[in-house]
Amino acid sequence: MTEPQTQPATQTATRTARQGEPLLSVRDMEKHFPVTQGLFKRQVGAVKAVDGISFDVYKGETLGLVGESGCGKSTTGRLVTRLLEPTGGQVMFEGRDITHMSQGRLRPLRRDMQMIFQDPYSSLNPRHTVGAIVGAPFRIQGVQTDNGVKKAVQDLLELVGLNPEHYNRYPHEFSGGQRQRIGIARTLALKPKLIIADEPVSALDVSIQAQVVNLLEDLQNELDLTYVVIAHDLSVVRHISDRVAVMYLGKIVEIADRKSLYATPMHPYTNALLSAVPVPDPRGRAGRERIRLTGDVPSPLNPPPACRFHTRCWKAQEICKKVEPPLAELAGGHRVACHFPENAPGSPDTPAAGKDEPVTA
Amino acid sequence: MSPFLDVKDLKIHFPTDDGLVKSVDGVTFSLERGKTLGIVGESGSGKSVTSLGILGLHKGRGANISGEIWLDGEELVGASQEHVRGLRGKKMAMIFQDPLSAMHPFYTVGDQIIEAYRIHNKVSKAVAKKHAIDMLGRVGIPEPGRRVDSYPHEFSGGMRQRAMIAMALSCDPELLIADEPTTALDVTVQAQILDLMRDLQREFDSALIIITHDLGVVAELSDDILVMYGGKCIEFGSADDIFYRPEHPYTWGLLGSMPRLDREPTERLLPIKGSPPSLINVPPGCAFHPRCPYAERTGDKARTEAPALAETEGGHLVRCHMAPAERRALWENEIKPVLETP
Repeated sequence: MTEPQTQPATQTATRTARQGEPLLSVRDMEKHFPVTQGLFKRQVGAVKAVDGISFDVYKGETLGLVGESGCGKSTTGRLVTRLLEPTGGQVMFEGRDITHMSQGRLRPLRRDMQMIFQDPYSSLNPRHTVGAIVGAPFRIQGVQTDNGVKKAVQDLLELVGLNPEHYNRYPHEFSGGQRQRIGIARTLALKPKLIIADEPVSALDVSIQAQVVNLLEDLQNELDLTYVVIAHDLSVVRHISDRVAVMYLGKIVEIADRKSLYATPMHPYTNALLSAVPVPDPRGRAGRERIRLTGDVPSPLNPPPACRFHTRCWKAQEICKKVEPPLAELAGGHRVACHFPENAPGSPDTPAAGKDEPVTA
Repeated sequence: MSPFLDVKDLKIHFPTDDGLVKSVDGVTFSLERGKTLGIVGESGSGKSVTSLGILGLHKGRGANISGEIWLDGEELVGASQEHVRGLRGKKMAMIFQDPLSAMHPFYTVGDQIIEAYRIHNKVSKAVAKKHAIDMLGRVGIPEPGRRVDSYPHEFSGGMRQRAMIAMALSCDPELLIADEPTTALDVTVQAQILDLMRDLQREFDSALIIITHDLGVVAELSDDILVMYGGKCIEFGSADDIFYRPEHPYTWGLLGSMPRLDREPTERLLPIKGSPPSLINVPPGCAFHPRCPYAERTGDKARTEAPALAETEGGHLVRCHMAPAERRALWENEIKPVLETP
């Protein structure tokens, strides 16, 4: 984790940390899945899972991607690792355009870009031993290790807090948390530069979740890793991210430093999300004001025009139905796509800050 | 007067080829009408088995059940299956975690509510349907008259959970058990469902048991909280007791494991070491001792002797070998300052 950001000088501090080229750079990335019908598979529509998003990830930082199910956060993860091919836009990794790169040419790059999956039960082959699973990246990439693959795997197991002697065991002999550690060991095998973690802890029990979160942070410090963490749990994302992007229906609606996003959320959707999180403070429950969003997330098959949140937004006006708000920078490093942002600098109505400020118990 | 629901030393053991699985091994609590009990614990702690046990759903399935369950003056552990079946749905009902698998995909939502209603009430189909529409409207489903003829797959996750709640409430049960009712839902929808459950409970004045692993959800709803570990109740108290004066090291661990939005982020989370025990091989003595950072303080006792659930003050029960004064000193001086760093 980075140093605690205490002063308002945060912006300059993170700016200097972000010197140089971004490790990963995404511009107007789109993924539309065709919906076909009939014998000739005529295309009748498209699921706009990701619909024009742009962001940068700098070396050594953690970017959190949050949103509700169906907002396109997992698709984003699969697009930037090129497990899926974008239908539009551009993905640059270390200055190289990988948007439409062939699988053959991508393979050497896969070393630098790895993924941690959500479900530690389905992401490990039950018929392979832990040694085979964690050693697979070396075999596939043809990497020579100094003291043989076995030694390398045992070092990795030790690194993630597992007993190296468990090399010959099978995944079913491990608990959920241990399996997730096996998955992390496999991810780290080739010393990747960028790790995309898709809901890395959401399948785990609370006490185990904390162990894995701490492990991810320790590894980042030790190995100088860069993370993109995709999660729906806003508290976990706040804990591990340096910057956070909030997605809604295939779009980024707000992206900012962790501190300013959680202290002064500007997009009404971010405000609603934060106020919906149940707080483990029974005494505070009576006084807490909650923004009640009505209805569900609309279908990405037929998203609302212009601002996609206008159907559920309490601030929506005519313009929201006609003009799509651009993702504009309203404060240093704080970009938001809204016609009527809350907590905007210079605007008189900033009471929302008090609502999301820590409640001292 | 005895409480509305009184569970005394409930044990539910399952004999298996690998040994006896002690899923629930001594759970005691009571609950009044209009009150909410939160049961928290990790997977395998026995929280769901406890709730199914109260509903009598383990009867005739090879489980060894002992102890007492008193519901409104009636004992249920010794009661016949037929008798408990008559109570289920009418007197007590359940909301399941995953409404997609808890509802029959082949029947419309309305048919399923009508069926449940007509089992307990001698009414015509038309009357039952009117009741189903009424219930769907009350749980906030738009256009209930039209949606009553929809199939479960035509509902979104939040709507399905609302329909489940409508089904559970259709016979006006006095005891409602919700097993992870919002775990499968998005956070904004979860907030809607929690609000709904709170409002409905007030309206129906039912007793509510909410089972969850999410301490935030229990804090939102519960009057009392039961913390389970390895099939046992390890701490029981009011919501204030559990959140502001917890005395069991496991409860401290749960609180430290959880990143919180209402406090400044701490540098590191404070997880509990190790992983939850297997229910076949529950550690001897205190089941938590292999993971407990304070096990050394009570010497050999932690490994050899199971602690009893003892009252510390005002209905706050803790199962721990440490003396109450020692636990309170630890909480005040060591745990609380770390958890509440400004």
